[in-house]
Order: sequence, then structure tokens, then C-alpha cells
Amino acid sequence: MSKQAKLTLLAIAAAVLMLWVVITIVPLYWMVIGSFQDSKASASFNPQMWPKVWSIAPYERFFTKTNALRWLFNSLFVSAVITVTNLFFATLAGYAFAKLKFPGRNSIFWVLLSTMMIPAQVTLIPLYVLVINVFNLADTYTAIILPSVVTVGNIFLMKQYMSTLPTSLIHAARIDACSEFGIFRKIILPMSKPGLAVLAIFTFVANWNDFFWPLLVTRSDSMRTIQVGLASFRFAESTDYGAIMAGATIGALPMIILFFALQRYFLQGITIGAVKG
Amino acid sequence: MKTNNVRAIPGPKAPHSRFVQFWKDYGWAYLFILAPVLLFLIFTLYPVVSAFLMSFQKYNVLHSKWIGFDNYAYMFTDNVFWKSIKNTVIFTVGTVPVNIAITFILAFFIFQMKQSWQTFFKASLYLPAVASGVTISLVWLAIFDPTASGLMNRVIGLFGLDPVLWLGQSNKALFSLMLMSYLGAHGSGIILYLAAMGGIPKSLYEAADIDHASGWTKFSKITWPLLKPTTLYLAVTGVITSFQVFISVYLMTQGGPNFATTTIAYLIYEAAFVFYDFGLASAQSFVLAGLIILVSVIQFKYFSSDIEY
Repeated sequence: MSKQAKLTLLAIAAAVLMLWVVITIVPLYWMVIGSFQDSKASASFNPQMWPKVWSIAPYERFFTKTNALRWLFNSLFVSAVITVTNLFFATLAGYAFAKLKFPGRNSIFWVLLSTMMIPAQVTLIPLYVLVINVFNLADTYTAIILPSVVTVGNIFLMKQYMSTLPTSLIHAARIDACSEFGIFRKIILPMSKPGLAVLAIFTFVANWNDFFWPLLVTRSDSMRTIQVGLASFRFAESTDYGAIMAGATIGALPMIILFFALQRYFLQGITIGAVKG
Repeated sequence: MKTNNVRAIPGPKAPHSRFVQFWKDYGWAYLFILAPVLLFLIFTLYPVVSAFLMSFQKYNVLHSKWIGFDNYAYMFTDNVFWKSIKNTVIFTVGTVPVNIAITFILAFFIFQMKQSWQTFFKASLYLPAVASGVTISLVWLAIFDPTASGLMNRVIGLFGLDPVLWLGQSNKALFSLMLMSYLGAHGSGIILYLAAMGGIPKSLYEAADIDHASGWTKFSKITWPLLKPTTLYLAVTGVITSFQVFISVYLMTQGGPNFATTTIAYLIYEAAFVFYDFGLASAQSFVLAGLIILVSVIQFKYFSSDIEY
């Protein structure tokens, strides 16, 4: 490619990319800017691109009309527990599938993996009957957490990650009569830290953002997660756009902060998690 | 096999120690996978079997009645069911290829940039993906506000167009949801494409240069074929996701107006948790599963037939 053509391509690329960055960010900007303008004062939601008067009234209305702090705590608690259980069980299973030999290893792994093809809608109804009617867990944290204790996606991620670790160290430890759990704890875990970080971040974000299952199994207002609470608020106060934008901002803000703080893990983690073609 | 070795050195209690040896060899491994296997049995295998049985029942928690294929028969005569299939297929066919094209072009452009700019573009195009489906749906509900003050109406107003009832008109509502998908987050696809582009050996392009290959030839003979696994991955995951589109429908249109945005996933939700007809909903969910598996298999066949390394 000639130097001229290369420069033209670069200029076009930069222009298109900047335009698309604007398109991508504008909805979030609209949300934040809308949340700081008091729409209740006027008849319709008519936010300015840059408000003349900043107002926190939408936030006050959102927090006084709802159980938002409780919802945030519920989301935090549920996501944190699910992240910890996934870290524990997915690393153990991922290690077993990657490094240990046992009869049935491959068939068990493939059966688990193939369940990822089954859409959630198929298992949802019996799962609902099981958790609500059989286990009698309606409106409890356990009901929200139980089906997500360890996911196949996370086991797959840890298996992929751990198969890149050197097997020779494990053999050496075994010769030194280290127990299998000891090997896992003293050798595998310390070497897996980047993989664990990726698993933790993505699991936490996914469960913070999860909506459908918590919607089905929660009943009382105080047991809702922030996502379910936001949805209920949208239907209860459907004309108060300002307060809805305030709620949407509150629900997204922790994840946006997390993203900026741990950007490197987010951007690298995607390639670790994807199935290699 | 290790068990054979054990038999070769008989201990005092040979038959018993064989089991002990098996436990010693493999016990830890089975213990390590115990939790996922139990969860699979209780929360996946049992529900799939149960859902299959339910689809032949008039389901009731206390006393269900077997009704043969009635749920399936009703479903296939139900206009709304066919409409939901049509909507879902239009949404999928209309979004997945377009989104892949957008993703590819953006990734290709980013690939031309310096490393630091690459990080900037990757991060800013990924950002909306960390916001929940609920947040994104609420924001777009405001953007599609039917009055002239809605953001989308302001944008088209710049071109002299009158305000549009984006979500309130049956001939525009589904398109509006598709538009929202085009303008959404493409960050993870971009990152996957960039990783794959970085993995293409430079020597291939150098060899093409020696043969005086044009830019287009290099693209169509080297870049595109070598990125096919990534394209396949994005196509399969994209179809699976868009076949199950639910949150935006639930929060923005409730399937309306006049069933214009009723997708299969939303129909199943209504059948199960608005009308509590678990049998019918199960039958519908198996149709959804069948469609997803069918399309995935076709995609694998079509895309992987000519992938060679």
C-alpha cells in the first residue's frame, strides 16, 4: 500500500471510530444527564444536552420512593456469594478436567459442556417449580443463588486456563507426597491468579446484572435485587423519566467504576473465555 | 492401568484393596467435580426431563393431567405463536449479520491504529456492555420517547423529519429494537476479532506483496478466511442470544403493539408466568431449543466446511 493510501485509510478509520465511540457513549450520557434534570417540574421529559439547572431531585425521589439501598445490598450480597462459590467449585472442577486423569473424564466434561446449548427457557419452569414448590425457597437469597453456584461456562474457562499450566510441577509435588488437595492449594491456585481474577470479575458483573431469575423467585419488595427493583420502579412510576434515569444510573454505576478500575482484566478476559475456533 | 499393577502385588485383603486403590487414584478427582455434577443432575438434567414431560400435560402443581400432544397442537394453531416465530426470525436475521459487519469493520479500523489508541477504542466501545439489560432498556425507552423531546426524534429532526412513535407503532416497534441492537455494545466481538487479527502471520501478507496482490485480494484470500472461526463464534453466540431476546421486550414494549414485538422468549414468559400454563410454555420452549440447535448446526456446517489451516 502506498503511503498516501495508508494515510487516507488511517484518517477514515479514525473518523469512523470516533463517530462510533460517540454513538456508543451517548445513551449512557443521556442517562446520566437526564438523571440530573428535574422532569417532574415540567409536563414531559425534556432534558437539555447540558442542563442549565442541575438537580438531584430525581435521585431524592428514587431513593425515597423505593427500597433502593436494600436492593443494592441484595445485589451485592447475592453476586458476591455466587462469585465466591464459582471461584471455589469452578477452579476445583476445571483443575480436575485439565490435569487429573480419571475414568469418564472426557464424557462427563462433554455432557456438562453440551448443556450450554440448552436455552434457559427450557429448564426455567421445572427449575422454578423445584425451587419454589419443592424446596419452598420463594423470596429467599438461597433461591436466587442456588442455580448459579457453579456454571459450566466458568468450569470451561478454568479448564482452558489450567491446561496451559506446566504439568511437571504437579508430578514433582506428587513425588514429594503432597496430597491432591495440597497440590491444588499450594501449586495450582497461586499460578491461576489471572484466571481467577477474570472469572471473579465476569461472574460478579453477570450476576449483578442478572434479571430474569431474581424476578421470578422474589416476591417481597425488600428481597428484590437492584435490577428487579428498577424494573418494578419503571412500571410503578412510568412517567417519572428523571427518577427512572437516576435509578438506571445507580444500578449501572458500580459496574462502570469496576470496569475503569479493572479495565485490563475485562479486556483480556474476553479472549480467555471464548471458545477457540 | 493402575488397577492391574495393584493386582500384581497382592496385599492381605486383595478384593477390598482394589476399591481402596481406585479411591486413592481417582477419589480426589471425583470429589473435585462432585458439586458441578450434582448441580447438573438437579438443576439441568432433571429440569430438561421434567419440562419434556410437562409439555404433554395440563400442568398443575398438585394434579397434572396427561393430554398427549394437545399443547403442541394448540401452539401450532395459535396465530400469536407463528407471529412470535416470525418476529424472532426477523430480529435475528436483521441483527446478527449487521452486528457482525459493524463489529468487523470497527475491529479492522482499530487494528490499523497504534497500541495506545487500540486500548482507548476497545475500552470505550466495550463500556456499555457492563451496564445491565435493564439499565440499557430503560435508557433506550427514554431515547425512543415519542414526543419531539426524545433523543431519537431530536436526531431525525436535524434532518427535517417529524417525530416518530418508535415503540408505539406496530410497523416500527421491532425495527426500533433492532436499531437499539445496532447501536449497542460491540466491544467483546471487537476484542475477539482484534485478537484473531493479531494472530495472522505477517509472512502471509509479505508473500502476497511479493506476488503484487491487491489490497482486496489480501483481504478476501488471507484476512477474511483466517478470521472465519471468530466469525463463526460470533454468529453462533449472536443467534443464541437474539433468539432469546427478552429484557428489552419486557421493559419497553411488553410484546406490543398488537404483538409486533412478541418474541418466542417473551411468549414463553407470558404463557408460564402470566397465564401459568406451564405445559404450553414447556412445549414452546422445546420449539425454541430445537430452532437454536438447528440453526447452530447449520452455521457450523456452513462456516467450518472450508476452514483449513
